[in-house]
Amino acid sequence: MSAIPAAAPVILDIDRVTKRFGGLTAVDDVSFDIKSGEIFSLIGPNGAGKTTLFNTITGLYKPTAGAIRFQNRDITGLKPYRVCELGIARTFQQIRLFAYMSALDNVRVGEHPRMHAKIWDAIFKTRTARREEARVTDRAMELLDFVGIRQQAQNYARNLPYGHQRRLEIARALGSDPKLLLLDEPAAGANPQEKRDLMALVEKVRAQGITVLLIEHDMKVVMGISERIVVLDHGQKIAEGKPQEVRSDAKVIEAYLGKSA
Amino acid sequence: MSRRRLQSDLATRWTQATFRDRNRTIYTLLIIGALLFPSFADLTTGGSGNHLVSTAADAGVYVLLAIGLNIVVGFAGLLDLGYAAFFAIGAYTYALLASSQLSGSPLHTEFHLPFWVLLLVAMLVAATFGAILGAPTLRLRGDYLAIVTLGFGEIVPRVFRYLGAGSPIGNWTGGVNGISAIDPPKLPAFLSGPWFGVSTPFKIVSPFDFSDSNWAPMDYYWLVLILVAICIVIATNLYSSRIGRAWMAVREDEVAAAASGINTVAIKLLAFAIGASFAGFAGCYYGAKLSLVSSENFEFVVSVSILIMVVLGGMGNIPGVILGALTIFFVQFYVLTNLPDYAVAAANGVGLGFLNQSNGGWAGLHDEVQRLNFIVFGLILVSVMLLRPQGLFPSRIREQELEKGTVEEAVFDIRETTE
Repeated sequence: MSAIPAAAPVILDIDRVTKRFGGLTAVDDVSFDIKSGEIFSLIGPNGAGKTTLFNTITGLYKPTAGAIRFQNRDITGLKPYRVCELGIARTFQQIRLFAYMSALDNVRVGEHPRMHAKIWDAIFKTRTARREEARVTDRAMELLDFVGIRQQAQNYARNLPYGHQRRLEIARALGSDPKLLLLDEPAAGANPQEKRDLMALVEKVRAQGITVLLIEHDMKVVMGISERIVVLDHGQKIAEGKPQEVRSDAKVIEAYLGKSA
Repeated sequence: MSRRRLQSDLATRWTQATFRDRNRTIYTLLIIGALLFPSFADLTTGGSGNHLVSTAADAGVYVLLAIGLNIVVGFAGLLDLGYAAFFAIGAYTYALLASSQLSGSPLHTEFHLPFWVLLLVAMLVAATFGAILGAPTLRLRGDYLAIVTLGFGEIVPRVFRYLGAGSPIGNWTGGVNGISAIDPPKLPAFLSGPWFGVSTPFKIVSPFDFSDSNWAPMDYYWLVLILVAICIVIATNLYSSRIGRAWMAVREDEVAAAASGINTVAIKLLAFAIGASFAGFAGCYYGAKLSLVSSENFEFVVSVSILIMVVLGGMGNIPGVILGALTIFFVQFYVLTNLPDYAVAAANGVGLGFLNQSNGGWAGLHDEVQRLNFIVFGLILVSVMLLRPQGLFPSRIREQELEKGTVEEAVFDIRETTE
């Protein structure tokens, strides 16, 4: 595990964020911050509010209260595409690929916010557009290579095996050249070997200088690779700290590990 | 590599190659067919093929419309049931600005702007209306959007009908009579110089004069071919561009598209506006060719016909959509209109001639078959969709969807798709 300097700048600041749906408080006054370059994990039992918090960060939901700052910029309530343009990309717990598009095109869609071709370029296939397409295609192939599914480039996303679909989602997210990558249970449904492979991939992503915020249901998976962990339960933050600290936290054991132990 | 794997690879390679080549084959056949059609029409009719050529030019209008609607429905996945409204807007734009109509309006001025300029104007006007309709409604999804567009498709022809003589704001559109005596397109002098024409000693090329009734059908035919070619190039370029991918991403999964940095509202609006501009383009040509524009020509059934062309041809696939348009046009305007006569001839041929006489409630075979026209049309559509649910010539997408085949390995080089 690479050490993150204590003075590393905060990249994402979650400041007392609350999200209510009618009478249900899915995220309840949660605060934490993520430092640039770390792998930060968000864990908790099912229904703890992890995915809701993700959706709030990425603009799919507007928080009921609180603020979210990304690189010292308030992004609370911005539209999802703006959040992505600013440098936050994500994957989904339930895979949401563009099923009837090739793996390559999925990644090229991911590169959309980094492209500049305008409607006239598209209509007349200008030199700018052709050059950009070539560049973007090369980059997409690199990314497919990076996640290890280059051979699938021409196949429809829906025809990929499950594990490859997970990887394709990561490649698509990387297409937007993010500074912060949000992974929502990337190892869900994977067998232990696949889980280890995926975590190795997460480590590889971080080595590219991308900060990773990881949601995981299974605590064991993240222990090895996370610098810091926040534990949510019933929408509230019940613990925060290094993996060892969290593991021995009484509240966490009670709320989370207690059930499985 | 195992033998089995090799075989499956070869099978995949073959399918994918034929796919690319199939589109190429369709285009080649279409070009050859389009170029030879006038001669063919003359040969089969003994030198009076003008009517057939003129009908073929009308078919071209539907091809334009189908290519345009395919952008909205096939690429971006937005169900538009009022597409004929934009067709009407294009046609009326041309009719108003290239006829004497506006001299009777409160403006008391008539405009006779050139066709070529108005092609672009009609596109822009239709695109603007597409954006105006889209802006408040594109937040709606699927079914709701379809209903709103349906309403728009009903409103637009009615507005044109009621803005005739006696409307509170004056006679703008000629009301139920529509607008007639619309200017034909004119070529600039350097293109219709003395070397064109039959009466000059220079006659090298047949006259390209849209106001000469002998030559007009042919001229309109060539004109629509050029317009169709332009639209195919534009639609194909869009399909393989950043914008086209964004449309398809929105069609596949709007949430994932938004999270991937696509401004979904803007990109859907763009699909609507561009789709509408194709209809405006087609409308302008249609007004010029018919020299008459009337609100009756843009009823709901037109929107539905175009939608059928897109779905039946193979949603999303441009050559498929073109063939769909030609097929439906042929069925609607040739087979169905001639069906009563065929029935009469068939009855006479097999000795059932008495069926052709009207007798009490029986109106005679000719009229009875005419009444059943739409049932026959419906049956044809149902059979095609049952036999080929993916459309006649679908894109690879639908093909795979319906075959449920899985492909393990990519077999052709990536460069091929980008160049």
